[in-house]
This record gives sequence, structure tokens and C-alpha cells, in this order.
Amino acid sequence: MNSTLYSLIGLAAGVAFILALKGLSHPKTARRGNLIGAFGATVATLSVFLYVTPTHSEEVGHSLPLNNFWWIIGAILIGLVVGVPAARKVEMTQMPQLVALFNGVGGGAAALVAIVEYLNLGAEATTAEVIFTVFTVVVGCVSFSGSIITFMKLQELMTTRPVVFPGGRFVIAGTLAAVLGTSVWVVAALGTTPLLVLAVLSLLFGVLFVLPVGGADVPIVISLLNAFTGLTVAASGYVLSSTLLIIAGTLVGASGTILTRLMAEAMGRSLFGTLFGAFTAKPQEASGSAEERPVRSGSADDVAILLNYARRVVIVPGFGLAVAQAQHTVRELADLMISKGIDVAYGIHPVAGRMPGHMNVLLAEANVPYDQLAEMDEVNPTFGQTDVAIVIGANDVVNPAAQTTPGCPIYGMPILEVNHASNIIFLKRSMRPGFAGIENELLYDPKTMLLFGDAKASLTKVVSALKAL
Amino acid sequence: MDAIAIISIFVLAVFVGFEVVSKVSSTLHTPLMSGANAIHGVILVGAIIVADHSETNLELGLSLAAIVLATINMVGGFVVTDRMLEMFKPKKKGGE
Repeated sequence: MNSTLYSLIGLAAGVAFILALKGLSHPKTARRGNLIGAFGATVATLSVFLYVTPTHSEEVGHSLPLNNFWWIIGAILIGLVVGVPAARKVEMTQMPQLVALFNGVGGGAAALVAIVEYLNLGAEATTAEVIFTVFTVVVGCVSFSGSIITFMKLQELMTTRPVVFPGGRFVIAGTLAAVLGTSVWVVAALGTTPLLVLAVLSLLFGVLFVLPVGGADVPIVISLLNAFTGLTVAASGYVLSSTLLIIAGTLVGASGTILTRLMAEAMGRSLFGTLFGAFTAKPQEASGSAEERPVRSGSADDVAILLNYARRVVIVPGFGLAVAQAQHTVRELADLMISKGIDVAYGIHPVAGRMPGHMNVLLAEANVPYDQLAEMDEVNPTFGQTDVAIVIGANDVVNPAAQTTPGCPIYGMPILEVNHASNIIFLKRSMRPGFAGIENELLYDPKTMLLFGDAKASLTKVVSALKAL
Repeated sequence: MDAIAIISIFVLAVFVGFEVVSKVSSTLHTPLMSGANAIHGVILVGAIIVADHSETNLELGLSLAAIVLATINMVGGFVVTDRMLEMFKPKKKGGE
């Protein structure tokens, strides 16, 4: 294949990625968009096997097949064997972790490519090439280690609360300064040792950068790291003279940045606040932690009676619902209420679940009709006319502290205003606070009734009690 | 490739990237993030190119590791995004 054809295929793949992102932005075209992207990526991958890119030292490449051909095929097969089953088997509830992990390995791959490029650069390399290579190593490593930490937080392998240690911000600033200093050293000295030091420092910085981020804000960080990885791919494209990588990487970098901002807006957070909030916030000591306060708890029958006489019910599902695998039971309850002539809607917070849009995926999995899902802005004005709001395994997204308590970690986040409903039912496993680790005053409200227990078991009881009425 | 051509491609791609996702609803944030994530898996192309150029065992080893990781990112990313979006397909009357 000649270089013109190869470049044109790269361009076509770039166009496929633009169409993919465009398609992914609308519910009707999303699936097709993703398939177009996959097609573009496949074609692009196949095309590298048919064209030998010249190295720095030779004007024309060697002949086909590629050097190390069988090694390359073997490595791709290993990647397929690991990646495909992981993607197929993952529970929908664990989706955010998997996306974080995939992003991390992508960043790691970009960093490794850059390290090999660096070893290969030779004496004729331009300063720009060296700078782009070093940039890829730094950002790729940060994206890799940062994503691993977000994975561990989401998988609850470590605490989901912000990790802050004394002088933390100075340590982070110091590490960043060291990364920048070493980068200059690497560009100037062109040695393997400085590069190794740089990679280690960058990995360390990635860890330190994500540690102070609270559990609820982790998705924003994943999105940001996703954009970072995109930029490293674009930088690799510069060094490898690949238009395709420049286009694909830049697209992801740009769209990822916008998406990060949209998500932060949906959560009412500034990006800066998300990343550095833990350092500026006054330490919130668990207010009256072990103190026993009266709550009103009820039985499944009490809940069923309340629902039976309601005219309008809003169901607010949270991550607890998904953990209990209660999506199908909640749909059963909703169908039963609808058959009794009750007006039922699901109030979906943009960040319900562990990631923006996550709850929509989980409910879609349970065949909940799309038109019953109401977005926050639609449902909030209706809570005044709502007789019962059922909060199932959600906490932070209905916590009025977000509107009333300046300084609390979720202050400013838009919430579902269930406090305006006439009655509130909380299905909870325990009095444990939500993912963000904040006490919810609504639990002690006189119009709140708590139904303790596993969400699925509780809902099943409510369904049979309601049927009996 | 000359610098001006590269800068042009870069700047135009930035604007296209901004433009295509500026009006996405929060419903699709997760699949969009996951799909964009899969797209940067094309670093696989770069990994294959450096594997071809590798002259030492160290370089080859690092490139092959990059190929494994990039394949996981790309293929896994597209598969998982498709699984998510499959559930969004319009449904008449519920049913398992």
C-alpha cells in the first residue's frame, strides 16, 4: 500500500470517529455511532499491517510484513482474550470501574509507546518531537496511575472519602514541580535514567492527584483523565506522523474536556472544587456521629397503605437499588401502582448511581419504559403535588444539605427536592450515610418513614402487601 | 509532515470535538465517556508502529505490552459501550 492510500484510510477512520461521537450524543443514534467508531478503529488497525512507516533513520521503510509480525499478532490476541470477556461479563453496576480501568490501560499504552519512541528517537530528533514524547510519558503515566486509584475507590478497595494528609497540597505541588523539572532534564539530557525517574514521578503524581477527590466526584475525574489520555494519543500522533492518531486523540481530548465540564455542571461543582475541594474545605467532623436520634420506621404494610391512597408517586432510585438488584421488583411495584390508577414517575438525578447517566442504563436493563423516566428539571417542580416520594437506596442526591449547608462537601449540587413531597419513604439498609459520607437531615424529618432492609426484599413485601389491599 | 498542517489538523479537531458533544443529554454521559474512551484505544496503531520499529528486546517488550493494553482499551471499550447502548433501544410494552 502506498503512503497516500494509507493516509486516506487514516483520514476515513478519523471521520468515522467524528460520526461516532456525534451519534453517541443522541439516544436514537448512539448505538450506531459506537459501531461506526468500532469499524473505524478496526480499519485503521488493519491498515498499519499493510503499510510500513519509515523510521527516523531511513527514508523508506522495509518491506512487508512488519518486523515482529507474529509477536504483534500474539499481543493483540492476549489483549482480546483479556478485554472482551471483561467487557461482556461486567455487571452494569460496576460499569464506572471498568471504564476507569480501560482508560487507565489506554493511558499506560500511550506512555509505553512514548517511552519506546524516546529510546528510538536518535540524534536527528527535533526538539518538538522530544517535547511531545516527554509530554506523552508524563500525562500517560498520570492517567494510568490516577485511573487505577479511581478504580480502587469505585470498587471500594480503598476508602471512598477524600484522602488528605497534613501538608498534602505541598507534597502535591512539590511532586508536580519535580515532574516539570525532570521533564526539562529529560529534554535537555536525552538519557534513559532521567526518563525512568520522570515516569516514576509521573505515576506518583497521578496517585496524589486523585487521592483527595471524594467518592461522589470520582466520575468527573475519570472523564478528565479520559481527556488527558486523548491528548497523549494526539501527541504520539505528532511524533509518529500519524494524522489518524492526531485527529482521534484531539477529538477525545476536546470532547472529554467538554463532557467533564457538563458533568461538573450537572453536579453543581466547579472542576477546581472537585480536584482541590478537599484541601480548601473546613474539616467536617462527623457531626454528632454516634449520637442516637429518633427516626420513624415503618413496616411494608404501612408503606403499602400510604401508596394505596396516593394519587401521585415519584420513585427516586439510587445506587443501593442497583446493588440489591431490585430494578425488576421496583418496576413490578410501579406497574402495580399504575394499574391502580396512581400516577407514577421515576425521578432520575443526573448523577444517580456512580456516574452521570448510570441510573438510566441500570433501569433500561430492567425494561423500565423510557417515558416514565423523568429528568431532574422535569420532576422537581412536581414534588409539591406529589403524595409520596419513595427513595430507594439513594441518599446524597436528595440531601437538602446541598441547598442549606454551605461548606458541606455536596453544597451547590442540584438535588431532587423530595422534601417538598407530602410523604417521604426511604428504603435503606442501615443509617449509614451515602457515598459522599454526609449525614442526611431528611431522615429525621417527621414526614419521613424509613423501611429498613435489603431493597429487593423490602420492595417484594411492599408489592405483596399492596396487592392484598 | 510540516508543522502548519499538523497545527491545522489539531485546531480543527479541537473545534469538532467541542461541537459534537456540546448538546449531549446527561442520560448519555456514561456511554459517551465510554465510547470516547474506546476511541483513544487507537493508540494501538501507534503501538504496532513502534513494535515494527523496535530494535532491542527491551523496546520490543515495551511495545508488546503497549499493544496488549491498547487492545484491551479499544476492543473492551467498544464492546462495553455497545452493551450499555443495547439497553437503550426503544421498547414497546415491558417484558423480560
